[in-house]
Amino acid sequence: MTHHINHTPAVDACGVSFRVEAATLLDRVDVRADRGQFVGLIGPNGAGKSTLLRAISNVLSYQDGAVSLHGADLKSLPARKVAEILALVPQIAPYTQGFTTFELVLMGRYPHLGRFQAEGRADDQIARDAMRLTETEAFSNRTIETLSGGERQRVFLARAVAQQPQVLLLDEPTSNLDVLHQLKILTLVRRLVDEGLTAIAAIHDLNLAARFCDQLVLLAGGRVVTDGPPREVLTPETIEAAFGVKSAIYREPVTGALAVSLIGPADQSPAEVEVFGGTTPALTVDVRAGRSSEATSAVC
Amino acid sequence: MPSLRGYRQMGVTARLGIGLSILLVLVLAVGLVSLSLGPVDIPASHVAWIALSALGFDVPEFGRTEQLVIDQIRLPRIVVGAAVGMALGVAGATMQGLFRNPMADPGIIGVSAGGALGAVVAIASGLTGLFFLALPVFAFVGAMSAAMLVYGIAVVGGHFSMATLLLAGVAVNAFLGAIVSAIIIVLPDNAALREILFWLAGGLDSRSWEHVRIAGPLILGSAAVLLLLARDLNLLMLGDDEARSMGVRVGATRVVMLLAASLATGAAVAVSGTIAFVGLVVPHILRLMLGPDNRVLIPMSALGGAVFVILADTVARTVIQPAEFRVGILTAFVGAPFFILLLIKNKRQVYSL
Repeated sequence: MTHHINHTPAVDACGVSFRVEAATLLDRVDVRADRGQFVGLIGPNGAGKSTLLRAISNVLSYQDGAVSLHGADLKSLPARKVAEILALVPQIAPYTQGFTTFELVLMGRYPHLGRFQAEGRADDQIARDAMRLTETEAFSNRTIETLSGGERQRVFLARAVAQQPQVLLLDEPTSNLDVLHQLKILTLVRRLVDEGLTAIAAIHDLNLAARFCDQLVLLAGGRVVTDGPPREVLTPETIEAAFGVKSAIYREPVTGALAVSLIGPADQSPAEVEVFGGTTPALTVDVRAGRSSEATSAVC
Repeated sequence: MPSLRGYRQMGVTARLGIGLSILLVLVLAVGLVSLSLGPVDIPASHVAWIALSALGFDVPEFGRTEQLVIDQIRLPRIVVGAAVGMALGVAGATMQGLFRNPMADPGIIGVSAGGALGAVVAIASGLTGLFFLALPVFAFVGAMSAAMLVYGIAVVGGHFSMATLLLAGVAVNAFLGAIVSAIIIVLPDNAALREILFWLAGGLDSRSWEHVRIAGPLILGSAAVLLLLARDLNLLMLGDDEARSMGVRVGATRVVMLLAASLATGAAVAVSGTIAFVGLVVPHILRLMLGPDNRVLIPMSALGGAVFVILADTVARTVIQPAEFRVGILTAFVGAPFFILLLIKNKRQVYSL
């Protein structure tokens, strides 16, 4: 078998627009994730992060633009084929009472099973491995309604892992998690990405996004404000433009990761903002010029 | 109700194998007991001999009358009862899953009310006297027309949702029920009136192999379709987006399941009238015991419904001999208190779906 590096991006969304009634939730959005990349979607509430993930996962039907998955047009692929390649972990995972953790994780095998086929030992093993990775095996036999929000979120990640996707979409995967599990889950996704998975995650926490992602896409009002590596995307200017918050960017001395310190709302006068320690924490501010819009407007 | 913890941890094939074996034995046992009971007392041993001879075994002599009673009266009645119970159980489990609503029953999209109107029209117009199959045919046509009407109402606005479907079902049920009441009130013929009331209470009296031939294939076919889609229903119960992102063709799957459940219910209503409560209660009891996995729940509800209806009908036709109760009265009269007891005694809550 000849081995060649495939340069087709894993996910390539191009000019995607989605409107509901009068509201434009996505306005000509371009997002690209190469294979083996961890792309973070950041932006304020209502920026379109979840909507974009739902468009890429074929759950909602966008009106304009195109999404290609491993080079194939998403809308031309059968739903089952898409599910073989791509898994989505929703932000608020709906559930039905009574299903056990194991039963739910095993459902991740659905796209890989034939109509007349029941799950075999191999599928059981894949589900158990996924539960081990996400540390959910302790409540394997508990029903879903008895779990806490964070535990439940990990169960749905386990199901997505059991789906064995090449592309993993995560909508706020850490929103309900304690700090330990925030780190563990993102470390797990990072590890899977290093092993070849492509991940796109909407992440609220800018510091976590900066620390774990290869690329960031900053969205606001359904549009891409800027995209690129974290150090280029996260600048006081872009953060103020997208979130309306004054910030300082610096290298976190312990982890060495890029860190964002949120000082206060931009419309507030500096006198109202209390900065502890006398000086602003922006001693080592890594301010870069806002990126030119070349990348986002490139032909795709 | 035992939660059967060990059972829940087995694979789906093992769970199905064990569960179906137990229920199959129950169906046969209840069926044999039912065959031996009635105005003509047939000892269980004779029933066994007759059964064996039908299978080609060489057996001792037994009464010609006994064989006739079994072949032409009791057996078809039991088979119709089993088919009806199967249809109601399967359709009930499906509708509860599709609507994610514990109150959903097989008639939720108008099938029972439509069937009732069809039957009432057939009886009131006197067609039943002219044409033996007028009643089941009218009931079936009424049932399916009502289901189509409800579905059509939900689709026409362009914003199809299960909530719209549910509410359209409630409205159409109320509307058709009003027409049935109006016909009953203005009907001058007392005999017809009595026939209508009998039909509305559900019954399996004097059911023949003809009824088996009408309803059987429809019910078996629909049940098979629903069984094949049981795994998709599991995913649909998690929500549309979830199901879609896992590769389920949400819209098509739902339409096929609604259609199959309505066909099964329509066929059951056509040959038995409206038998209350079976489709609601059987899936709930089994879900409490076996969990919500539809791949187990749907086939088990089929057999559970069959056991329930055969049992209820046996009691209905023997308890006040020589007169008969209606099976639909029995299922609700016995089933409802049993279910209430279960709700009170059950430590875990009933799944809210």
